[in-house]
This record gives sequence, C-alpha cells and structure tokens, in this order.
Amino acid sequence: MNRRAFLKWAAAGGAAALGSPTIAAGAPRKVPDDPYGCLVDLTRCVGCRKCEQACNRVNNLPPPSTPFDDLVVFDRHRRPSPEAFTVVNRYHTGRRDDRGQLVPTFVKVQCMHCQDPACVSACIVGALTKKTNGAVHYDVSKCIGCRYCMVACPFQIPQYEYTDPITPRVRKCTFCFERISQEGGLPGCAAICPVEAITFGKRNVLLDLAKKRIQENPTRYIDSIYGATEVGGTSWLYISGEPFERLGFLTLPSKPIPQTAEAIQHGIFKYFWAPLTLYGLLGAIMYSVRPKTPSRISDDKGDQS
Amino acid sequence: MSGRHAAAPLSVPLWTPGVFVLIALMIPGFVFILARFIGGLAAVTNLSQTSPWGIWVAIDVATGVALAAGGFTTAALAHVFGRHAYETVTRPALLTAMLGYTFVPIALMIDIGRSWAIWHPIIYWQGNSVLFEVAMCVVLYTNVLYIEFLPIVAERYKDRVRLPGPLSILNGIVEKFLQVADRTLDRVMWVFILAGVVLSCMHQSGLGSLMLIAPTKLHPLWYTPILPLLFLLSAIAVGFPMVIFENALASASLPIEDETPVLSALSRYTVILLGVYGILKVADIVVRGAAGYLLEARVESFSFLVELLVGVFLPFFLLLKPSVRKSRRGLFISACLIIFGVVLNRLNVFLVGFQSPYAEKGYFPSIGELAVTTALIAAIMFLYRLLVTYLPVLTPRNHSHTTTACDGALLQEGRAES
Repeated sequence: MNRRAFLKWAAAGGAAALGSPTIAAGAPRKVPDDPYGCLVDLTRCVGCRKCEQACNRVNNLPPPSTPFDDLVVFDRHRRPSPEAFTVVNRYHTGRRDDRGQLVPTFVKVQCMHCQDPACVSACIVGALTKKTNGAVHYDVSKCIGCRYCMVACPFQIPQYEYTDPITPRVRKCTFCFERISQEGGLPGCAAICPVEAITFGKRNVLLDLAKKRIQENPTRYIDSIYGATEVGGTSWLYISGEPFERLGFLTLPSKPIPQTAEAIQHGIFKYFWAPLTLYGLLGAIMYSVRPKTPSRISDDKGDQS
Repeated sequence: MSGRHAAAPLSVPLWTPGVFVLIALMIPGFVFILARFIGGLAAVTNLSQTSPWGIWVAIDVATGVALAAGGFTTAALAHVFGRHAYETVTRPALLTAMLGYTFVPIALMIDIGRSWAIWHPIIYWQGNSVLFEVAMCVVLYTNVLYIEFLPIVAERYKDRVRLPGPLSILNGIVEKFLQVADRTLDRVMWVFILAGVVLSCMHQSGLGSLMLIAPTKLHPLWYTPILPLLFLLSAIAVGFPMVIFENALASASLPIEDETPVLSALSRYTVILLGVYGILKVADIVVRGAAGYLLEARVESFSFLVELLVGVFLPFFLLLKPSVRKSRRGLFISACLIIFGVVLNRLNVFLVGFQSPYAEKGYFPSIGELAVTTALIAAIMFLYRLLVTYLPVLTPRNHSHTTTACDGALLQEGRAES
C-alpha cells in the first residue's frame, strides 16, 4: 500500500477524523508575483558588520554590548536576537589562499521573507502578513504573544521579548518595510554595504543576476542559489563560493511549509462540509435511537412540577 | 436528559485535609504567576528563542483538552447513541470537561505574552491558522459545556436562589434565568449535545494539526499528515479511561455509589478504540518508512516506544481480559496507563519530538512552570470537589432508586459482550 492509498484508507476509516490531505488538492496560493528581494553575494562580504550597524540605527535598536567594530563577536556563531535583527557570522570551510591562510566566509543572517511564509500561515490573528512588496510584516497591535510563529518558522527567525511582562513583541528583520515602500528606498543594510555584497531589487531580476554571476564566474561560485526554491522560495537570495550546508544554512524542502497544514485545514472547512456532515450524521443517529416512549421526558417534568 | 439521574449534592464537609492539601499546592503556583507578570516569561520559565512552547502549552492546554474528552465521549455515548445506562457517569464527565476547558484560557493567559489581548482572535480572523480554528472551537465548546451544565445548576437552585449579602438584589434575575433555562433547555439540548461532539472532534484533531506547520522540526516518528486523525482518535480513546480514573479518585474520598459495573461496561469500548488507535499508529510509521528511527537509541525513539507499548498496547491487552475489566483495581490501572500514554504522546509531539534548528540547549520545565501547572491542576480538583459537594453531579451512596433500571440496561450491554 503506498502512502496515498494509506491516507485515503485512514481518512475513510475514521469518518469523524475529518483529516485527509487527499480531499484538498488546494488552490494555488497567493504569493506576491513581483516582490522585492535582496541578493547576498557571500564571496563579496568582508565581514565589516556595517550592515548590522545600519540595521541597528534604522530600527532604533539598543546599542550592542560589543561594539560593531570588535571582531571578537566572530568567535561564536550568533543568531538574530530581539536587539539585533541581523548578524554576520564567520565560517572557515578549510579553504586556504595562496599564502596558506584560512579563508573566512562571512554569512549575513536575517529573516528570509519567504514567499509563502509559515509564520504568516500560523499567526492566529494575522499579525504577520506577506506584503506585495515582499516584506513579511509584523503588526504588534494585533499580536497576542502566542509564539506559534516561532514554532512555525523553518529558519528559526522570529525572536521574542521574554523579559517584558506585559507588552512583549515578536522581533525580526522588517525588510525595512517603510523604507522600501518609498520610491528608491533601500533596506538599511543594502544601502550601507561598502562592497555591494547585498543587492536590492525585484526578486525576478535578482535571480537572473545571480544566475549570470554564477555563469560568468563558475570557479568563484558554486552552482546554487539559496532561497530560489527553499520552502517555495524566499525574498532573500544567497550565492556563495562554498556549499551552503557548510555555512550554517539549513537544508530545507522546496515545498512551502504551510501547504500540508492548510490543505488539511481547508479540506475540512471548505463550506464547513465536514463538521456539518458529522453534525447531520450524529443527529440522524440520535433521532433513530431516541427513546421509543415519548412520554418519558414529560413524565419527569410532571414529577418535578 | 434529566430525571433519570440519581445524582445529588453530597452532604459532606468541604474542608477536609485533602482539600487543604489542594490549597497548599495552589499557593506556590500563584506566587510564580505573580512573578511572571512582574518579570516576564523569562523570570519564571525555561522558554527560549528555540523553545517557544513549554509545558504550559503542552500540558495545560494540549493535554488538558485531550483529558477533558470524557465530556464529549460520554455525551455521545449516552445521549447520541442512546446508551442511557451510562447517564450516571455523564454528569461528572461533563463537570470535568467544563472545568478542564475553563482552565485552558486561564493557562493561556499566563503563557501568552500579551494576556490582555487574548480576545483578539474573536475579531482578527485568520482562517489559515490552525491555532485560530482550535481557539474558536474551544471558545464555542466551552460555552456549549456551560449550557449543558446549566440544567444541573437549575435542578439544584431553581426556586431557592439565595445569594449572600449585597448579591441578594440579583436573586430575582438569577431565579428568572434558571426558570427559563430549566423550561427551555430540555427541549433544545440536543442541538448543544450534537454541537459539543462536533466541536470536540474539530479541535481535538486541530490540536494535532498544530504541528503540521513544522515539518522540518517535528521528529519523523510523530510528524505525519494523519496527526489530526491520531489526536482525535487518542482523545476519544482516553475519554472513558478519564471517567474511570475520576470515578476511582472520587470514590476514594467521597461517599458515592459504586459505579464499577458501569465503568467495566464502558471499558469495552475503550478496548476497541485503543486497538484501532494502536494499529493506526503502527501502520503510520511503517507506511511512512519512519520505523527505522525506532532503532536509534535516542531519547525520541525511547519516548515513542514507551508511549506506544506502555501507554497503548499494555492497557489494550490488560483490558482484553474480562477479569481486568470487572475489577476496580484492574480498571483503574488500565485507565492510568492509557492516560499516561496520551499525556506522553502530547508531550512527545509538542516538546520531546520538537527540535528547533540552532538550538543550543533542550527544554526542560523550570520549577516555576511545574509549580504553576501543579497549581492549575489542584485548582481544577478543588473546584470539582466544591461543585460536587453542592450540586447534583455524583450519585451518593444509598440514593439508588433508579439502579434497577440501569442494571437492567447494563445487563443487556454485558450480554452483548459475551
């Protein structure tokens, strides 16, 4: 029995189970067809951390405990935090230059702004939304702090203000939503990068640019664009000279993360057919096995009054 | 639905040593709740950026809801499928379900960061979110449970509403309300009973769908597209064992009728449900090709095996024996094993099997989290004790004018068994 047959059988077996992915082929999801994106060229990044500094400034984040020009932070791999929406990490993959020195690769980490984001699908109140310009936007006024977005995010990006007792926020890269909504606006990090490691533009254009760079310089790059297909595609794209899995990137499926859950969910709730069918079925059973002596209930009533 | 019960308030003193123990268990929890609202979640919990959900979600919400399944399963059995012999156990099961669901929002208020915004899902709809579906069903079902419970209150206090002190000005309104409820609810109760069963099925399976959003994080032993079906089936299977468990606890400390015949008859359904669930669970990991993970000597494979062998198959084979089903002790032990299995399953899906990338350390609940969870469970038990003392929920001993009718029906059920 293959998996599909099994699922069908399982769904039929539990009539009340309401949970069959086969029921819901699911309509193609609405993803922005012409979003903005950023292409990060890891072969260009020199680890100056100017992007971190710019991010800190444009988002009014608190000053870091270690200054932005202190290279000691590279000694450990950091993750974004509620106070830092982006971090640059240093990796040594074992490659050496002409003089035998280890060549570092610097990797900028931030929200990937997925095309079909798991966090958006998960969010109970729609505080997280995918904007047409590509940004995954967080609206604090709706958020209830359930942290389901953190459970859902395959990149483990949303960060939470656990020390705030009453008004904690989910914190992550905003894609400088306000800035890029304006004509000619760039994200803080892309605007400041001195070596043009970050290119801002339409995602489709960036994909072509990435392919072109790889084609024109096949010895410099590995033939792969991270974010092109991962979890259905992300607005942030990476090209690299080293295999991505050696640079802290996760190996992720190309299927959008929300698809399974939403197919099942929408399969069950389309026109409320499943709950209504179950209601009708149970109602019919209840009616058919009802006490044959209709006097009983009224008898009881009589006793009481 | 009324009248056939011999349920009555228990005329026993409320303030017994056991009740004081419950209160003592509540106090540290309340201190930690206070600390949480002063210092934030970080002050009390071991939650982290890679472990966003802890036992307040896994136990207080996910497990609590599953263990409240006795309410809808007994309601379905007695009122939908017409097995009226089981009506004596529907009231306590209904009470437990009502208390269990009431504490879901309370536990969530403590866990979510913006407690004051807990009502937001009611206006900000997000239909793609499984959590939204679960929340809506739980809200609706909690109200259905209150409606189902109202006749019990009306039965006791109709015509004798005597609110204390300044509240007495409300006497007239409450009296009127109970009168109306008593007169109308009986006729329309079937609407709510059916709604309760349907809503339960929806959100019990929905709780399983919650983790479908984390395919790369939930361990393959548990990540399956039929997770909703497994959650629903296990909730249904644990419904009657919870009734058995509660009755055993209640009869250990309260002078109530010995319901063992009803409970052993009830346990026959559990054998079937548990068997179906066990087969499905095994078939699932075999079909998905995940069985190989069982051979990894890791905490996940061990936890899965314990869940399945101790929590499903052991009680299944125990309950196959008529001698076990007939004995109070056998029933109680089997029920405990099944409940343990479901609790462990929920913990496995939400905590043990959940592995965040980049996690530097695993999650283990802090003292504060454990204390709050303990306090909430103690509070539920205290309220149970309080309500059965003053409301007609349980059947007191020597108050069995309808037992003959019940016994007759059960005898028939028993014959079907052999």
